[in-house]
Amino acid sequence: MDQALKELAEHLRDQLGDKLTEAEVRLGELTITVQRDSIVEVLKSLRDDSNCMFHQLMDVCGVDYPDDSPRFEIVYNLLSMTHNTRIRVKLRTDEDDPVPSVAGVFSTANWFEREIWDMYGGFFSDHPDLRRLLTDYGFEGHPLRKDFPLTGYVEVRYDDEQKRVVYEPVKLTQEFRNFDFESPWEGMERVVLPGDEKAEAEPEEEETEAS
Amino acid sequence: MSAVTQPGIDPAAGQPIGPGAEQDEILARVTQELQDKGFVLANVDKLVNWARTGSLWPMTFGLACCAVEMIHAYMSRYDLDRFGVVPRPSPRQSDVMIVAGTLTNKMAPAFRKVYDQMAEPRYVISMGSCANGGGYYHYSYAIVRGCDRVVPVDVYVPGCPPTAEALVYGILQLQKKIKRTGALWR
Repeated sequence: MDQALKELAEHLRDQLGDKLTEAEVRLGELTITVQRDSIVEVLKSLRDDSNCMFHQLMDVCGVDYPDDSPRFEIVYNLLSMTHNTRIRVKLRTDEDDPVPSVAGVFSTANWFEREIWDMYGGFFSDHPDLRRLLTDYGFEGHPLRKDFPLTGYVEVRYDDEQKRVVYEPVKLTQEFRNFDFESPWEGMERVVLPGDEKAEAEPEEEETEAS
Repeated sequence: MSAVTQPGIDPAAGQPIGPGAEQDEILARVTQELQDKGFVLANVDKLVNWARTGSLWPMTFGLACCAVEMIHAYMSRYDLDRFGVVPRPSPRQSDVMIVAGTLTNKMAPAFRKVYDQMAEPRYVISMGSCANGGGYYHYSYAIVRGCDRVVPVDVYVPGCPPTAEALVYGILQLQKKIKRTGALWR
């Protein structure tokens, strides 16, 4: 399996040339990194080349690396039913640089790219209908970015006077708490359970015996 | 007359009175009172409550996985039909809304619209943790933290998701509540 993927990687290196910046076979999966502007041609040749035949675009996803310079990574997962092979195509971008839309190559990319626009704010040029896909009408922000707060900025409530659902700043009765499940005893050091008041002497004796 | 009756039930009680001297007497009494006072007193509230509790038609409002448990409650094992609970596809035909699942911010205005379209008297059963108070998604940016922020709720059914029998119990509790508080007007 790995051998076939390596051969495919070599083939793609020859065919794509400069467009391909990196090709790697890892854990039995082939991942290639390409130039942002060449993604349409790359996917088109992956779809149409007789050695590739990646006819199905299974998924397009985004990744946010807030500390890196081109901040987002867009990942295209393709499947070739003909050759029983999968390939992962990656590219890097940020808020300002548009990625060419591949909706013309794979029509399913239409909604995938809308979702990425919605969740990360990655922009796709030449997209037929780049609207938000999942979040609320008039939603502000991109929720899957690492700097987006978990609870967001607004919450809804029905206002009896205005007779409609209104948006208000989030007010939580209790803050979100992070529990350290790795250490079950944290915060339990000085707790004396009812009935245990006299038991304090015992563990110390045990300690001295042990030492 | 066949003697097949349920134990503990008087076969004579609840039988309509056939034509005869007895029926004539009752009718004469009612007519007498109508002529005398101009109105009759009867326990209409009880009749109305009987009708309401016996045909609680719920608005089908499945939002998430709780809807599957709601469907279980409708299907043959628990068979809500025997309580007169028949799911309706339209808010105009329904008396109760079972909020089964996570209510999102995006859904909230539509949800309220459906509630507003229901005819009085209307009731709401909040089913599952998410509808009760946000549940698992309480801290999410996209979720209403309890559907009682949008509509008034009559019965809360806890669970994640509640079992079908829990929902049936909730519906029975709602029937009890209607019997207890119900009047012609709420």
